[in-house]
Amino acid sequence: MRKLILTVLAALSVAGVSQTALAHEGPALQKPGFSFEGVFGHYDQAALKRGFQVFHEVCSNCHGMRLVAYRNLKEIGLTEDEAKAVAAERQIQDGPNDEGAMFMRPGRLSDHYIPPFANDNAARANNNGALPPDLSLIAKAREGGPNYVYSLLLGFDEAAPEGHTVPDGMFYNAYFPGGNIGMPPQIMDDLVTYADGTKATKEQLAHDVVSLLNWAAEPELDARKTLGLHVMIFLTVLTALFYALKVQIWKDVH
Amino acid sequence: MSGFHTNSKVIGWVEQRLPIFSFLHHSAVEYPTPKNLNYWWNFGSLAGFQLVVMILSGIFLAANYTAHTSLAFDSVERIMRDVNYGWFMRYLHANGASMFFLLVYTHMLRGLYYGSYKAPRELLWWLGVVIYLCMMGTAFMGYVLPWGQMSFWGATVITNLFSAFPVVGKFIVTWLWGGFAVDNPTLNRFYAFHYLLPFVIYALMVVHLWALHTVKSNNPLGIDVKTPQDTIPFHPYFTIKDLFGIGVFLMIYMAFVFWAPNFFGEPDNYIKANPMVTPPHIVPEWYFLPFYAILRAFTMDLWIIPAKLQGVVAMFSAIIVLLFLPWLDTSKVRSAAFRPIYKQLFWVFVADCVVLGYCGGKPPEGNLVMIGQLATAYYFLHFLVILPIVGKIEKTRPLPASISSAVLKPMEKA
Repeated sequence: MRKLILTVLAALSVAGVSQTALAHEGPALQKPGFSFEGVFGHYDQAALKRGFQVFHEVCSNCHGMRLVAYRNLKEIGLTEDEAKAVAAERQIQDGPNDEGAMFMRPGRLSDHYIPPFANDNAARANNNGALPPDLSLIAKAREGGPNYVYSLLLGFDEAAPEGHTVPDGMFYNAYFPGGNIGMPPQIMDDLVTYADGTKATKEQLAHDVVSLLNWAAEPELDARKTLGLHVMIFLTVLTALFYALKVQIWKDVH
Repeated sequence: MSGFHTNSKVIGWVEQRLPIFSFLHHSAVEYPTPKNLNYWWNFGSLAGFQLVVMILSGIFLAANYTAHTSLAFDSVERIMRDVNYGWFMRYLHANGASMFFLLVYTHMLRGLYYGSYKAPRELLWWLGVVIYLCMMGTAFMGYVLPWGQMSFWGATVITNLFSAFPVVGKFIVTWLWGGFAVDNPTLNRFYAFHYLLPFVIYALMVVHLWALHTVKSNNPLGIDVKTPQDTIPFHPYFTIKDLFGIGVFLMIYMAFVFWAPNFFGEPDNYIKANPMVTPPHIVPEWYFLPFYAILRAFTMDLWIIPAKLQGVVAMFSAIIVLLFLPWLDTSKVRSAAFRPIYKQLFWVFVADCVVLGYCGGKPPEGNLVMIGQLATAYYFLHFLVILPIVGKIEKTRPLPASISSAVLKPMEKA
């Protein structure tokens, strides 16, 4: 039996090799350690709320988060009124009304996070030709996930190596494929004044906004890991009972 | 069907008109099973179990999925976010595909090791190969449905393979696509077939079991059942053993579903399909990587046969060759336990498949091109040259007189 399990694990690790074979190029990712990692990991509500403040005040000027609805903000600790207020900050097109005309209205809880630009072309036109990607899934859509986004956000400090030319209007970031990124460095100490009084160091800002982005990508994570624990305890007991029965039933064979 | 008796009037009434109870009794209770089956024999029932898991989770997903290029990606995200336990169903299904292949590959390797494809089980083996082919088609089309970058580009690369065939290739590709590029008609038909094929697999599984119950199970010794002392009834011995196997399997499966749900996935597939942006590396799911390596092993045009056509033909041949296996393996002895040379060669073959898988997952650069080519050559060499010759020259170890006589002595470990 042990041999069988070992073999299955070996097979799984082989499958794993094929995955890591495609790991990103560039320097090793920084791993700050997030509360949501690991079997028992869960989101840190305070970090999510701070992260949302960073996203809302800074990132959302260029990036959208179209898969997250304003109602979802209640899950990270905003009150209903706070979420409504956030939604109402931006206008969204609605209609047609009874006269057949389209009109603008403030966002509601049922709306998804209203993007900063009307469309991709408008986004490019306002960003020197570069398209700021929607961030709803960014923490799952890049090799390295949250560690990649964290490293990228803090990865502007180094100067480009000898012989590497950075085109006008772009910035050197060793973590970005090709090294040249259209996004200017954003994260700097005291970029925002945290409502909860936490000191807004660069590392803190990056950590918080990446936590928020991971929540945007995997809002089910807390429920998933909790249910997983229950399921695994159940399966352990069930499998142990099956094994005991198996031994009992088979004891006269051979 | 002698073992079935009932005192219930209702069951007796049904039984007279449709002998379903005696049939179940015959095939799920009495079915005489070799008593020396080891845990590698669990993988058949596990694969059957997993097929049911895939069909059930798939139906719940289908109820919430929209097969349209502009809506598919977001409909999957809606399942993940707004459908109750939608994330659970999707992760069950996505990881379930990897688990299904893991089980089936183990099941196939079990067959290879113990010679389960040899007479009288050739048709049983054939049905298995056809099931495997259907699984590959189903998995490929299923991977296209979320309409992420890897879905789209995987579909583009794989369907384009058919363009390698001279003259008709181009028309086949257009016909497969339902247009002049992978687009909405492609997505729609893939969805239709992705829903259809699992039921075809289910039917094939029933026939696979029918064939199995006709020729009966092979066993680790690879010798025929001779007396009733060699077997035990399926129930309760193997029902409980299979349940225990399912318990262990579920623990591994659920560990991925709950704690590493994207382990087998590609990050690129969380980016919506964009025909204007090609991902840097297009890779299929891990279970196709060995075949992908075989496809890419051919890099030189020969006379009028372009490299691409060679690769495509080789890739399909790599599976078709399995159909000829019962005759390519010339040894009369089934189990590798009594075949000292084949036993080594089996593990070399497994290693070869792993090397192929590794090459298939990496960009074809440097030494990997050559390694992939050598591994491809060995794959075919194993089936077409080594197996026929080894079967003739190998000096096999003496077979035990019967299963029960071997069980009493210390058993040969797999």
